[in-house]
Amino acid sequence: MAQERLAAIAGIHEYPLRVAPGVSAMQIKAESMKRALDDTGLDWGDVDGLYDALDGEGGGGLGLAAYLGIKPRLLDTTQVGGSSYEFHASHALRDIAAGRCNVAVTTYGSTAASMRVPIGTGGLGRGGASWQQNMEAPYGSTLISNYAMVAHRHMHEYGTSTEQLAQISVATRKHAMRNPEAVQAMTDLQFVKVDEITVEDVLESRIIADPLHLLECCMISDGGGAAVFVSPEIARDIKKKPVWIIGAGEATKYRENGGDITTSAGAQSAPAAFGQAGVTPDEIDIAMIYDSFSITVAVMLEDLGFCAKGEVGSFIADGHLAFDQPGLTLNTDGGGLSSNHPGMRGLFLLLESVRQLRGESTSQVEGAKLAVAHGNGGLLGGTHTGGTVILATD
Amino acid sequence: MANRPQPSFPEPDTQHFWEGCQAGELRYQTDADGNVIFYPRGHSTVSGDRDLSWNVSAGIGTVYTYSVVRQNRMPGFQELGAYAVAYIDLDEGFRMMSTIVGVDNPVTDVHIGQRVQVEFEGQEGEDAYPIPVFRPCD
Repeated sequence: MAQERLAAIAGIHEYPLRVAPGVSAMQIKAESMKRALDDTGLDWGDVDGLYDALDGEGGGGLGLAAYLGIKPRLLDTTQVGGSSYEFHASHALRDIAAGRCNVAVTTYGSTAASMRVPIGTGGLGRGGASWQQNMEAPYGSTLISNYAMVAHRHMHEYGTSTEQLAQISVATRKHAMRNPEAVQAMTDLQFVKVDEITVEDVLESRIIADPLHLLECCMISDGGGAAVFVSPEIARDIKKKPVWIIGAGEATKYRENGGDITTSAGAQSAPAAFGQAGVTPDEIDIAMIYDSFSITVAVMLEDLGFCAKGEVGSFIADGHLAFDQPGLTLNTDGGGLSSNHPGMRGLFLLLESVRQLRGESTSQVEGAKLAVAHGNGGLLGGTHTGGTVILATD
Repeated sequence: MANRPQPSFPEPDTQHFWEGCQAGELRYQTDADGNVIFYPRGHSTVSGDRDLSWNVSAGIGTVYTYSVVRQNRMPGFQELGAYAVAYIDLDEGFRMMSTIVGVDNPVTDVHIGQRVQVEFEGQEGEDAYPIPVFRPCD
């Protein structure tokens, strides 16, 4: 099946600071939109589509366009957690192909670090009355322990080990040390060791929620960014080569009686995305996978089809995920583990995919042609979403 | 510890479940075709039909998975030390989140496949709902 060229990512910006006191999330969003448009050569007034994940002070569907001062003819406020931006890319492909808009933007801004938001360890269940909160709030589950329950079950069923999972942290840190913004992030966030790490370092770091160690958990940073989606006609005249969105899939999964916690929504979204793109996992050069935790990546590598369910341990045991090793390359910007995680990392998966396919990454894979960005939103061991986007360059 | 977070009401789906806890019963629903419906809801997640029946579980199940929380900044939990959060598969076929009590060291004394039995942990306050927790029973 011939790949269709119906929509492209034409411009990107990643807000460089991970600690940005005195700046609002809305300011990060607006500045990122301007710089992403500058990356394309398009103007502020060209934007006719707006996607937003309801982040930022007074933002969302009612507030963001007003703040920016634009009047889009398409407004989509899909908020499905950290994978919202994969959903936005998916919707942009659909909407641009249908002629509903020609220049669409998604933006992200967060001051989670400066506001000291304890995303992973703050405890769940502080919301109001709901059927789900009422069944889970009494038990002191944290976001990290929810993901950790997936790790325990994966280890139990398939013999996966922390030593194997640690390879994800090791490869990601190697990439981060080549990315000046990631190095600055780890410095500003006062990482104990701003250097490459070993499997032993991961094993020796303290356990936050069994079996997950500190160095298997993403950071909490400030940050944000933007991406500009355009039609093929617009893509002809932009500054840089377009990165085409050739396939997308969306799914959700949740706690079910008798359900398999080691399989994520990605097992549903990925086949849809690969099917639309007309490519197979073994053709992918770059995997940008939401690394909230080591186990998130491990489960997604299986669910995206890079290896069979239960075999990720042996798949990653040799450390080949680094950009200078043969085989699939993972999270070349340094990931949430070592570059940035302001709460919803999905946007950065798209941004680094674009950099790789443009040849602009700080851990560039020579000749990279195909990337997959897979976001996970919510709780991997509970209610979550999976968004898969396949990206290609000509 | 301070009281665990309490369920909030009005919340029509889970009210009967929590009244069961006050009566010392772990309640779950089935639909007209016998499908087990849990967490409690007003409709069958298989058919959408609203004619659900309430049942009382024997309260015995198996640890499907767990994590030992070493750090929780939430009041009531932050001073608690390590504790286990788990998904329990009850023998009647429903899976619920809970915690494992009655172990000296949750890091070494809780494991997947462990048989556990429900008990209702009283909470301070006259109107407080007891919380269903699980204790190893094998």
